[in-house]
Amino acid sequence: MRSRNVYLLIFILALFGFALWSVVPLDRNAFGREGLRLGLDLAGGSYLVYQADVSDIKPDNRDEVMEGVKGVIERRIDALGITESTVQIQKREGEYNIVIQLPGIANIEKAKERVGLFTVLEFREQDEAGNWTPATGIVTVNGEEKELILSSRYFKENTYVDVQTGRPLLIFEMDETGAQLFKQISTRLIGKQLAIFLGDEPLRGEDGGIIAPKVEEVITDKGQIRGLSFVDAQELSRLLNAGRIDVPLGRWVDEVFEPSVPLYERTVNATLGADSIRKSILAAGIGIALLLLFMLVYYRLPGLVACLSLGIYGVVLLAIFKLVPVTLTLPGVAGFILSLGMAVDANVLIFERIKEELRGGRSPGAAVEAGFNRAWTAIRDSNITTFIACFILIWLGSELGARMVSGFALTLVIGVALSMFTAIVVTRTFLRLIVGSRVVTNLAAYGVTSVLTK
Amino acid sequence: MIDFIGKKRWFFLISLILVVIGIISLVISQIQVGAPLRLGTDFTGGTSMILQFSPPVEQSQLWEEMAELGYDEATIQKAGEGNFIIHVREITSDEARDLAEKLGAVLDSQVEITDYYLVSGTVATETARNAVIAVIIAAVAMMFYIVWAFRRMPSPFRWGTCAIIALIHDVFIIVGIFSILGLLAGVEIDALFITGLLAVVGYSINNTVVIFDRIRENVSRHIRPDFAETVNDSLIETLGRCLNTALTTLFVLLALFFFGGATIHYFVLVLLLGVIIGTYSSICVSSQLLVVWEKKEWRALLPFAKRTA
Repeated sequence: MRSRNVYLLIFILALFGFALWSVVPLDRNAFGREGLRLGLDLAGGSYLVYQADVSDIKPDNRDEVMEGVKGVIERRIDALGITESTVQIQKREGEYNIVIQLPGIANIEKAKERVGLFTVLEFREQDEAGNWTPATGIVTVNGEEKELILSSRYFKENTYVDVQTGRPLLIFEMDETGAQLFKQISTRLIGKQLAIFLGDEPLRGEDGGIIAPKVEEVITDKGQIRGLSFVDAQELSRLLNAGRIDVPLGRWVDEVFEPSVPLYERTVNATLGADSIRKSILAAGIGIALLLLFMLVYYRLPGLVACLSLGIYGVVLLAIFKLVPVTLTLPGVAGFILSLGMAVDANVLIFERIKEELRGGRSPGAAVEAGFNRAWTAIRDSNITTFIACFILIWLGSELGARMVSGFALTLVIGVALSMFTAIVVTRTFLRLIVGSRVVTNLAAYGVTSVLTK
Repeated sequence: MIDFIGKKRWFFLISLILVVIGIISLVISQIQVGAPLRLGTDFTGGTSMILQFSPPVEQSQLWEEMAELGYDEATIQKAGEGNFIIHVREITSDEARDLAEKLGAVLDSQVEITDYYLVSGTVATETARNAVIAVIIAAVAMMFYIVWAFRRMPSPFRWGTCAIIALIHDVFIIVGIFSILGLLAGVEIDALFITGLLAVVGYSINNTVVIFDRIRENVSRHIRPDFAETVNDSLIETLGRCLNTALTTLFVLLALFFFGGATIHYFVLVLLLGVIIGTYSSICVSSQLLVVWEKKEWRALLPFAKRTA
């Protein structure tokens, strides 16, 4: 019995040591380890959710196309020089939501412009006044004559950059319709320029100039573009490959699609984030100090033990947050602090039982054992109800796309589970060792003043 | 020795008054605002933002200037010194920045938009529906668990029902208080409010279960012949634990309420109210209901009913 407790103590200390090692440093990347992962509301940044209009795409192809769209958006965000952004596709009841997180970005409007628009590239020619107008041609599709705009829709998906000659060449192939279109347009425009537009904005190269190659010969099913820088050529080839089908991003309002308006948008100023962190730390400090003081004064020796296990609880919990990793949001921090208060609960339940047993005239050793055993059903049943509430919250959060809700519930679940462990294992082991060593035999140390004699 | 069971009429009366006040407020709010609670961006759609003024400005002043600028539908909540949560119709972040600049100019204060939030109306309706569903599922799931946990007791269904009635009581009082806050201070409810409410529901049930657990134990040990006395004993035995846990939780929550940020100000308020009301209902309502049910003293539930001997 005694040796089992010693083993448990070693296990607890090892766990604590490992947790402490993983937790340091908390706030920044060091020793090849990451800091705590902070959510948007703590780190600052933007969170955008768009719906995709996939009505023009065959249901079987939608998953694949959306992956392509994701790639296009990622590239566009990268082009803005934003690192650590994430783009996710969420499929729900046949609808596609695109979730974009941009950490610490100052100019959200610019980012939205880039992100929320079209994926199909359009070719435009210059009219006499010098304005860029869509380059069109009349082609026969399925036996019908149609006027179409030359766009990335008619490119085959094998555009690539050839660098063998030392100068980058963009090589492309057209499908049947594209070949007819390009033939007409290139014949008409020999010696003139063709610009490439994404929505109403012309594509610009690294140097900021419009990308508008001059037509040098008639192009039908194959062609190449010369004179682009390597970076520009590569970017253009990617855009052409991804832009074969138009997937507008925006939102549905009463069956009508509104392009480029997000379903959700949230932007948190980085200073507010830093401020929230500072305030949370202050609040946590004050709250925990009061809590520890109360436990010490009211429960004496067991209170001290509870403080120790609460310390272990806090460090292990932070280590779990870091290792999983759990993205910490402001409500999540509130959940963490709340769970500290509730973590004491299991200890309080047990200590009250121990006190009762001591008053009933049992020896400290017997009282500790009886206290734990009799508090167990209450701890189990009460925590399971909390778990039920938390799991429903996690479901609700994912259903709503409300990350704040899930963040809170997840921290609370982990917190409650861990608090059961610390109370049942850590506090019990410490108490058994102290009681077993017979160092403290004075009942006042357990907060008991009068003993009932039967 | 405190007689918790003997005072049950008083407790029921207090609860009844609180719930009725809440319901009256919900009705007034429905008439005045068009909804029982002032619904935030998460439920109605539109744009919310936190504006930080330095030096701080008055809420009434801000309201006047907002109306002047054409935002007379705006809801303004104060969230700490110089911080306001403003809910308006859907505007882009450019328009929001423009609005902030104008406000700064007329109010002669530095303004910063620290948090900007836009939700589309269609999502919002779905959010409200899901939130209500979540609360109902949570209540039913917890009731089934309690019925299962107390399956060895005579009529386990009764224990579950009493715990859930106490829970609904808590939810009604908190919702009522927020409805009053909505009418008086423009406080809106958002997704975090629902989160807080569910957390509170978990906490309150947690407390009730601890007390019921003790009643279960004392009933099976046959210490006293009378059920009411057994329940009273159990309440006194668990009183220390219930109050201490409530206290430790309140310590940390109060610290968060006074020193935490503007974003979670009202979220923490839900939790604070929930811990207080949840503790009250666990000690003063749920077990008393159990006794009333056991003894079939239904008249005890009615205020001012004649006392039967």
